[in-house]
Amino acid sequence: MTDVIVPPVAGTGAHPPVVHVTEAHHGHEEHGPSGLLKWFTSTDHKVIGLSYMITSIVIFYIAGLLALGMRIQLASPSSSFVSFAQFNALFTMHGSLMLYLFAGPFAFGGLANYIVPLQVGAPDMAFPRLNALSYWLYLGGSITMLMGFFVAGGSANFGWVAYAPLSNVTNSPGAGADAWLMALALTGFSAIFTGVNLVATIFYLRAPGMTMFRMPIFTWNMLVTGILILIAFPVLTAAVVMLVCDRHFGTHIYTVVGCTTTATAGHPAVPAPNACGSPVLWQNLFWFFGHPEVYILALPYFGIATTVFPVFSRKPVFGYKGMVFATMAIAALSTGVWAHHMFTTGVVLLPFFSLLSLLIAVPTGIKFFNWIGTMWRGQLRFTTPMLFCIGFLFAFLMGGVTGVMLASPPIDFFTHDTYFVVAHFHQVLFGTAVFAGFAGLYFWYPKMFGRMLDDRLGKWHFWLMFIGFWVTFMPQYVVGLRGMPRRVASYPSYLGWESWNIASTIGSFIIAISFGVLLWNLWISWRRPVPAGNNPWDAHTLEWFTTSPPPHHNYTHLPPIRSERPTWDYNHPEHPVLAHGPGANESSNGHGRTNGTVAAEVPSA
Amino acid sequence: MKIEGLFLIGVGLFFGAIGLIYWFIGYEDGGGMMLLGSCLLGLLPGTFYYYWHRRFLGYRYFFWGSMPAVGVRPEDRPDATIAEGAGVINTFPGSSIWPLCLGVGAFLLVMTFIFGTWFVPPAIGLIVIALVGVTAESRRGGNV
Amino acid sequence: MGAVGLAAVVLSGCQVPSFGAFSGSTTQGQDAFKLWQGFFIAGAVIFAIVFFLIMWAVLRYRRKSEAIPAQFQYHTVFEVFYTVVPVVIVLVLFGFTFFAENAVDAVSSTGDPVTVNVTAFQWGWEFQYPKYDVKILGIETQNPEMVVPAHDTVHIFLRSVDVIHGFYVPEFNFSRYAMPGVTNQFDLNVTHTGTFRGQCTQFCGLYHSIMLFRVKAVTSSQFKSWVQQEQRTPNTSGSIAKAKREILQGKAS
Repeated sequence: MTDVIVPPVAGTGAHPPVVHVTEAHHGHEEHGPSGLLKWFTSTDHKVIGLSYMITSIVIFYIAGLLALGMRIQLASPSSSFVSFAQFNALFTMHGSLMLYLFAGPFAFGGLANYIVPLQVGAPDMAFPRLNALSYWLYLGGSITMLMGFFVAGGSANFGWVAYAPLSNVTNSPGAGADAWLMALALTGFSAIFTGVNLVATIFYLRAPGMTMFRMPIFTWNMLVTGILILIAFPVLTAAVVMLVCDRHFGTHIYTVVGCTTTATAGHPAVPAPNACGSPVLWQNLFWFFGHPEVYILALPYFGIATTVFPVFSRKPVFGYKGMVFATMAIAALSTGVWAHHMFTTGVVLLPFFSLLSLLIAVPTGIKFFNWIGTMWRGQLRFTTPMLFCIGFLFAFLMGGVTGVMLASPPIDFFTHDTYFVVAHFHQVLFGTAVFAGFAGLYFWYPKMFGRMLDDRLGKWHFWLMFIGFWVTFMPQYVVGLRGMPRRVASYPSYLGWESWNIASTIGSFIIAISFGVLLWNLWISWRRPVPAGNNPWDAHTLEWFTTSPPPHHNYTHLPPIRSERPTWDYNHPEHPVLAHGPGANESSNGHGRTNGTVAAEVPSA
Repeated sequence: MKIEGLFLIGVGLFFGAIGLIYWFIGYEDGGGMMLLGSCLLGLLPGTFYYYWHRRFLGYRYFFWGSMPAVGVRPEDRPDATIAEGAGVINTFPGSSIWPLCLGVGAFLLVMTFIFGTWFVPPAIGLIVIALVGVTAESRRGGNV
Repeated sequence: MGAVGLAAVVLSGCQVPSFGAFSGSTTQGQDAFKLWQGFFIAGAVIFAIVFFLIMWAVLRYRRKSEAIPAQFQYHTVFEVFYTVVPVVIVLVLFGFTFFAENAVDAVSSTGDPVTVNVTAFQWGWEFQYPKYDVKILGIETQNPEMVVPAHDTVHIFLRSVDVIHGFYVPEFNFSRYAMPGVTNQFDLNVTHTGTFRGQCTQFCGLYHSIMLFRVKAVTSSQFKSWVQQEQRTPNTSGSIAKAKREILQGKAS
């Protein structure tokens, strides 16, 4: 199936001319398969994106239930709601499901798959069948990981980080651990293929006029995420393969075979060659993946926020180029900081990792100020997506500040592996993957389904979740500083931690109620649809130009692309982007053009 | 292609710099190797893109023959019109059974680690069939 | 060191609150605590500024009409400002960090410290004093107690015989991994007598939650008499291998 673009039609009225896009020829199936067969064989990025989003949200709810189980257990000091073994499985699977199977796939497999080709004006992703394969590998990996619950010995129970030697065959026998590792292999390849697809699509399939510095920031973030995926996931896959070899093929890569070395503080001796494996090697490999992984999880959601703020402030994104370079800086720095998860091992170079970790605060701060600058002097509409993005700002602000604290090794020495860290990463992950993620869901739902989600219910969803979020995680900072370690199924009753834990549990149930509100909202939007139209939000980027949902191969008409807001330029040609202040660069991204340029584009014959 | 090339070369240079620093002052070699790998991940495609960007503009490189300058792609020119993108973009098969076949094959292959080696024959079979099918489908142009 | 000292003088003179952390019962822990206070204040200030900016934008720029606002996108002066200033802040924080971490990690090479070999295992602790041939061992909620002299340098060699554990004493503001194949070393200079609770902080399997221990700091004379008493009484705690066997049997039964 090929696409051909016919010469443009002359513009009418105040709008610039659009170009009719048509298809050269159709096969006997006019627009691809339909019905049940569609979900199994379609290579359309929109179908695949929806499959990813539905699967990942189901897993999100399962992981949420696991979290509720943990919070019930921790509401009293020596609860017997679950056994120690069951609790270890709960936190392992909660973390694994959330990080490997929800937050990442929802972002780069779901939303990015759906939105990126639309935003660059492409008919589909660069490698549609590889895209479909990514989904099936992801689904297979998810089933494999969940299968762990049903094998003898139960699921994996060594934490989502699976530190060696706890994860070797002596300490974690059982098929559940193998299922977990195999799931990581499958989803790892799924992510790598998606990364390849994203980078190729963005490099090769942009519409004419869509230069790199006119792409929406969401697309820029997905490009950087794609590169990060290609850097990080192969390392994880290699580390997992080596662990499988240790477990099943008798190698000693991570295990120590009866040898000991002496490390003085900060200057470890080199172990005798060929005598020792190295448990620390697992940590190094895992966190070289693990830290970029959390930025792979964060950057798409930053992109969602950068998409939503301009639309509901009715202004362009502030500091576009700053945003692009800040994203690149965050990604670059994130690959150099992996051992800040290993400060307490005593065998890492503290100043190197501490300095780079502290430096990540700088580009993140730039993004924060740019988001605020986008809202500044705007006309803010507090729709549900906007509320979720503002909530994201608050959550990530505090999560980021505590992250800066953790970047300092002496502070990390007494907060590492305590609930302080748990609270920190939940603030940043919940802030991005959940708040900004739901902002994206509410924002793009009309485009994907042609109907609106109820805004009033959305606001109930937001406020319940926002309040529940703070009630859940603020007490965890307190008990963390008082010495409560993480991954414990019980705690001493005489230390005064119980009331904080009860508060945290209450908060988690408030969050759970908010998820019920979301389900209700999804249900009634299906039963009593409110039609959305092409552009219910008066949004800026290219995907809002086409119908909701978009047709097969996305575009039957394309407007001229002269800035990063083609749809806005088409709808509001009298309000282009202004340059403000000295030194603004106008040439490569069409800023500062006056009214005449856009409307006066002369169609060729 | 220029911006993409510079972007990836920048990635390569960054990891080269960080990798060099870490190699000499760090305590272990694993991180240094991973940073080296990331450096290559940026430099290899980046130099490829940049090289072809220059050749598209008509530059000769040593003993490679000259080619007429074809200029910059429409999607890299700020003043390009949509009509300039006329022509075949890519092949987009609307549907294909082979990704599902390959995915199920990979899933079954992974099941061998959990349930035993008797999953291997069907897994390998499905994978081989899928690879053959994908190749054949690519040759004949796929469905809509 | 001077910078930490300066910060310490400033902070101790002003009765800065502890912001939830322990003030540290070792000299190393107190260095870490001062750093915590500084970071907390810096973080709180930054949080307050950004919080205020967000609230101002959200409240002041609510939609008042359908008019489309000025479509500005750049302000180079501001952008440079909020790039450069955070870099400076970060470098200052790193400077304080660097001095503090050197102080906390420093292992004294002079003097005659009390050496303890701490061995972690699933799921208990062994404290062995090589110079005095004394050994304390306890599993899980037996809460074994490591007795050390206060106001003296205690040198710990920390290792594990199975998986990675974490030696964590909250009131010392300190933790360090016990890893197989690597022996970590660090100094503790406890500043006052008392009993301090400790716990394993790196997830190590089934009974990680109850892998407790205590550190008891006593005066030098009390320490000497404790050593003599321990040397006189026969060792009934057994070996690590025996403890692990008992755990396995106990769990199996």
